[in-house]
Amino acid sequence: MDSTVTLRVNDQRQIVTTDSQRTLLEILREDLHLLGTHFGCGAGDCGACTVHIDGQRAFACQTTAADADGKSITTIEGLAPNGRLHALQQAFMDEGAYQCGYCVSGMIMAAVALLDKNPHPTDAQIRAGMNPNLCRCCGYVKIVSAVRRAASAAEALPSLGR
Amino acid sequence: MNPITNTLDCQSKIKPHVTRRRFLQSLGAGLMIAVGASPVLAQEAPQPRRSGRNRGGFGGAPVKIAARVHIAQDGSITVMTGKVECGQGARAEITLAAAEELRVQPDQIRLIMGDTTLCPDDGGTYGSMTTPRTIPTVRTGCAAARQALAAIACQKLNVKPDDLQFKDGKIACAGQQLSYGDLVSDSLDKAFSQLPSPGVTVTAVADWKVLGNPYLRPDRRDLVDGTHVYPSDIVRPGMLYGKILRPPSYGTTLTSIDPSAVKAMGGVRMVHDGDFVGVAAPSTFRAQQAIDALAKTAVWQTVPHLSSKDLYDHLKQNAQGGIPSNPYADDLPKAAAAVRQEYHVAYIQHAPLEPRTATAEWTGGKLTVWTGTQNPFGVRGELERAFNLPADSVRVIVPDFGGGFGGKHAGDPAIEAARLAQNLATPVRILWTREEEFTWAYFRPAAVILAEAALDASGAISNWYFVNINSGPQAVESPYRAGQHHTAFVPSDPPLRQSSYRALAATANNFAREVFIDELATAAKIDPLQFRLMNLDNARLKNILRTAADKFGWNNDAGKKLPNTGIGIACGTEKGSCLATCAAVSVDEKTKAISVTRVTQAFDCGPIHNPTGLLSQVQGAIVMGLGAALREEIRFENGAITNSNFGDYAPPRFADLPEIDVQLIDNRTIAAAGAGETPIIGIAPAVANAVYNATGKRIRQMPIRLTI
Repeated sequence: MDSTVTLRVNDQRQIVTTDSQRTLLEILREDLHLLGTHFGCGAGDCGACTVHIDGQRAFACQTTAADADGKSITTIEGLAPNGRLHALQQAFMDEGAYQCGYCVSGMIMAAVALLDKNPHPTDAQIRAGMNPNLCRCCGYVKIVSAVRRAASAAEALPSLGR
Repeated sequence: MNPITNTLDCQSKIKPHVTRRRFLQSLGAGLMIAVGASPVLAQEAPQPRRSGRNRGGFGGAPVKIAARVHIAQDGSITVMTGKVECGQGARAEITLAAAEELRVQPDQIRLIMGDTTLCPDDGGTYGSMTTPRTIPTVRTGCAAARQALAAIACQKLNVKPDDLQFKDGKIACAGQQLSYGDLVSDSLDKAFSQLPSPGVTVTAVADWKVLGNPYLRPDRRDLVDGTHVYPSDIVRPGMLYGKILRPPSYGTTLTSIDPSAVKAMGGVRMVHDGDFVGVAAPSTFRAQQAIDALAKTAVWQTVPHLSSKDLYDHLKQNAQGGIPSNPYADDLPKAAAAVRQEYHVAYIQHAPLEPRTATAEWTGGKLTVWTGTQNPFGVRGELERAFNLPADSVRVIVPDFGGGFGGKHAGDPAIEAARLAQNLATPVRILWTREEEFTWAYFRPAAVILAEAALDASGAISNWYFVNINSGPQAVESPYRAGQHHTAFVPSDPPLRQSSYRALAATANNFAREVFIDELATAAKIDPLQFRLMNLDNARLKNILRTAADKFGWNNDAGKKLPNTGIGIACGTEKGSCLATCAAVSVDEKTKAISVTRVTQAFDCGPIHNPTGLLSQVQGAIVMGLGAALREEIRFENGAITNSNFGDYAPPRFADLPEIDVQLIDNRTIAAAGAGETPIIGIAPAVANAVYNATGKRIRQMPIRLTI
């Protein structure tokens, strides 16, 4: 049944008329054309669709339109609003922490949430925190290095303004 | 200098059925380009077109310079290849090769990949062939282009070729300077219309200035800011989202279906043609609802189908021509030591993170498909056959896609999308679900491997028998010296759809052989490293073994083993590269769960083209191989896959990550070999051997488990 939901996506108000059980992932990709958030499994097993909802990391494929109504959502496209890469985007790029890159948006969103909670994690904490996200190219070594690099960057991480 | 990004952008801005000539005219600063505009080039097909089923094939045929390189009047350089990028690093590697020969910085090269209209057919992206076959072709084409530029510069400046200095797309001599764009002319055009002359030489390894240096993928920024366009991101005007009705199990056929269930659904359109039932709708959600409704009405004719518990017996019983007997069987009882064993390797899935996907669009009887495939020219052929289309009416475009691993050779989603798009007269995108991936994509073949050998009193192998049933002949030949040897691959009756996987059957054959070698070493009471070294002749492989063992601390660790921990070693050679892997494991005393704590892998694939990309490939292969070693296994019952999701299939995660030390050998004495596959074949046997060292139990199956 179609209903109207109001979302704040990357600081822009969006009113979407859609079936209330449709996923946030589909709304982002098919209605709002924010294609940086990816479909990997549809079951919350891989993290390719990781976004932030009211500042908390979430699987967009496990979030319905009804769940997202009224919430503030940040996607990968919202991390560098002025074209200046977020410290984690920069670290992933400089570290070469990608192979096919399909997991990278979700990895970066998960890592931003991780460092928000724990700005200086140990490697073990990085692994534990990133564990919900899957990289099928299995580039975990460089991803851990990228998160470590961003965490140890001298300047504080730019806030997402929450 | 900014990297050139959004290569797809420049391809997708043009109409799907643009000609190659018109495309080349659009390059550079939007000017008419002498090179592209000439009648000679306009008549030129990008590659010699072969007929038959095997287009795509292995590539490597020389192409005219103009099919490989384009120089625009503004000096911008475009290089074209039929190879594709799916995370294995071909875009960076080919960019480096072209930059090396054209004497420019890598970020000055725009590389167009995997477009059957714009690019030469360099063969499918499989078999680790980009490095040994495509790189030389690209280098030769670019070197020939540089020589043509030099010849014209010499005329213009009235100097000799040896006096010219090339730098970053400019040619200087005696205070004068020309850019490549300045040399665009009818003469250059004529030179580019030729094949590279046989006298063209590429830059010697010792003189490399670009190749051999670390280089990050040129579209790296797009990957981190979310703007990279994957095949599943293609959007076309009026595009609908398609879904296909799948049977509930293997071998099932459709008896009947009631379409009235979807007729009332707004915006849903259905195509029903024999066993093919598909829908398309303005959203994936609506298309899925429609398919779910149809599935409830579908009546299927099922057939009995094998279950995974009976898999290995089935493969042995159905070995074609029977299982060959061991010609040395009578010698085994007389030998100083003899071992006979049987090894099992499970079906596994590639499970690339981006599922199979395609977007199809018909325009005036011509078809354009954007899809993630390792074989664009092969998929073009599949589409021509499926729709009975004349040559040159199908264009396949492959944006850099989300993982292949040998799993994306076929054109299934391309055909599905094209079928819906043709019937509904509007563009359609297909994106498989994870369950479809785990069920209807093809699998790495399961294997039964029989190994028997006899040793003499010194520990030398006097005879060797090794037979692979069902999975393939790759790396079935042993690198170990044996007095007599008999190896064979015997096809069987596979119960699941099976095909390539990263390194093909080398994963299975090397697992079985390297565990078997460990068993022989145990029988001979010789250290596994020493046993390997004394029975190998291949100096490169022995060197790699010593490197890995030394860096791992093989001899240091051997004497001071802690309870429930162990170390193992394995080596192998395949597709021209050599590797050795050492692994340390710990085993939980209660649960018997195996943790791999530390891995050292040494790898030699000849001269290293891009150390950054190679390191990623080797690290990734080790961890991916760990999945197949410890957990990955397709389970099926009565023809239905019972673990068709990431949760149950359990691929490697961060939590599985051991401490990894990779030793890359930049061996400049030989030709470069590919590196996307072989680095995966060492980890599983090293782990199995380490588990034996830890527990005294030999595990002769992949996945390696101490519990049932």
